Amino acid sequence: MEKRFDSAAVILPLLGIGLMLFIWTAISLKVAPDLPSPLKTWQESKQYILDPFFKDGEMNQGILRFAFLSLVRVAKGFTLAIAIGTPLGFLLGLSPKFNQGFDPVIQVLRPISPLAWLPLGLVIFKQSEPAALFTIAICAMWPTVINTAMGVRSIGTEYLNVGRVLKLSPMKTLTKIMIPATLPYMFTGYRLSLGMAWLVIVAAEMLTGSPGLGGFLWQEYNSLVYSHILLSVLAIGLIGFALDRLMGVVERRFKTA
Amino acid sequence: MAILELNGVGKSFVRSSRGKLPGGKVEVLRDINLSIRENEFVCIVGRSGSGKSTLISLIAGLIEADSGSILLEGQPIKGPGPDRGVIFQNYSLLPWLNVFENVYLAVDAVAGKLSDSDKRQRTEHYINLVNLGAAMTKLPRELSGGMRQRVAVARGLAMDPKVLLLDEPFSALDALTRGTLQEELARIWSETRKTVVMITNDIDEAILLADTIYTLTPGPGATLGPAIAVDAVHPRGRLQLSGLASCQKARRETLRNLTTGASRPVAGATVVIH
Ligand SMILES: Nc1ncnc2c1ncn2[C@@H]1O[C@H](COP(=O)(O)OP(=O)(O)O)[C@@H](O)[C@H]1O
Ligand SMILES: [Mg+2]
Repeated sequence: MEKRFDSAAVILPLLGIGLMLFIWTAISLKVAPDLPSPLKTWQESKQYILDPFFKDGEMNQGILRFAFLSLVRVAKGFTLAIAIGTPLGFLLGLSPKFNQGFDPVIQVLRPISPLAWLPLGLVIFKQSEPAALFTIAICAMWPTVINTAMGVRSIGTEYLNVGRVLKLSPMKTLTKIMIPATLPYMFTGYRLSLGMAWLVIVAAEMLTGSPGLGGFLWQEYNSLVYSHILLSVLAIGLIGFALDRLMGVVERRFKTA
Repeated sequence: MAILELNGVGKSFVRSSRGKLPGGKVEVLRDINLSIRENEFVCIVGRSGSGKSTLISLIAGLIEADSGSILLEGQPIKGPGPDRGVIFQNYSLLPWLNVFENVYLAVDAVAGKLSDSDKRQRTEHYINLVNLGAAMTKLPRELSGGMRQRVAVARGLAMDPKVLLLDEPFSALDALTRGTLQEELARIWSETRKTVVMITNDIDEAILLADTIYTLTPGPGATLGPAIAVDAVHPRGRLQLSGLASCQKARRETLRNLTTGASRPVAGATVVIH
């Protein structure tokens, strides 16, 4: 049988995007005259998109160059977040006492905004780059911590009993049973953490003035080039979406049984 | 000398109150006495919920008895260990390891000193024993229930235990697969003559495999009935068994003990036989 082309799957999203552009145009015409229309945004931004790798000074680069700088920063912060968050989650999941002691601390630290962490990072590290990484890591860590702990707590007793009957060493129990059993939860945590890290990047770059999508956005706001704010916003959204999809694929790869 | 001995073993669970149901202590097993010879195949038959899995967990050392003693070769057991290999009711294969790796884990745990090629050879030996040589690199989720349970049997045997414990190994399988696996277990056992304690709720399975059958009275406070001997040479075939008078007698006794809930003859009490 010939596979039918699913027209709804193409038309409906196009309709959604069209409606979005319409609302954007309407606002720029009737409500906020300072907001560039989609057309004006494109005209003033196309250099950044059509030549995405040009470099003309620290704060004037192609959009993919800025995106790359931001992604590197996020990658560093995210790596830090899961390097600390995964073992911490294991400890919380394994030891009810440790959990009792640290759960209140975590619950208090978790809702603190990156805007609050960044000045603290600057006070501690005195430099903008480590402060940005610190902020990304400490904000992005919690989904990893919480999901890993939950995964460890839900390891089936039947698997643990296999290890007990075989008298596996603690190391073997960890590598052969506990970590593989927890992996799907860990990767759910990693996906959420990466999303969080990407959310934080803008705030971190705005406040530290580092080159990247967030830094560019803030600079262009100060220079009154509003179309470039919209360019950055769209780039941030698209890249965040792509990252989430990518991690979703990795996450499914680790679903066992 | 008995290889495995249970003396006056009892176990209760503390049940937390659930909704309107009151909480409190529930005595699952009471005064379990059992003595098993080396190379003996013992089946324990009981209804679901009577405490069969609890009994296996006690012998395995996965849970601790409240009273009484459990001796392996005269020594009180201390926690679980591969000298009492368990084949669990729910297979318990590690889903992230393939067939070879699941069995190798057991070989490696009990024979860590052997060279890697010896361990691999031993692993392959046990997998071939259960006719799964062609599925070495398959993951458990790619196998049927019957094949999974074969892997579990291979893993149990690979522990080379002093006593092999089986908890309703075939109860989740369809009747045809169950029949095949029972006869395969009968063949493997008559070759290896491991000491076995097997839990089942299938009387015919018990008659096919066991030297001795015990019934477990319905709980709470379940205890073992008198020993019922099954006199027939191993390995047995299903057809040949159906004609044997000794097997029919064992079948009748098991059924009667299950329905009347007969427990061990107490001194002074009269026991009516036939
Ligand atoms: N860990 C436990 N905590 C509380 N009650 C339990 C526990 N394990 C088993 N029981 C209870 O003990 C009884 C016997 O269980 P089990 O040994 O699994 O029976 P069987 O294997 O014969 O079906 C059941 O009523 C069950 O609810
Ligand atoms: Mg059971």
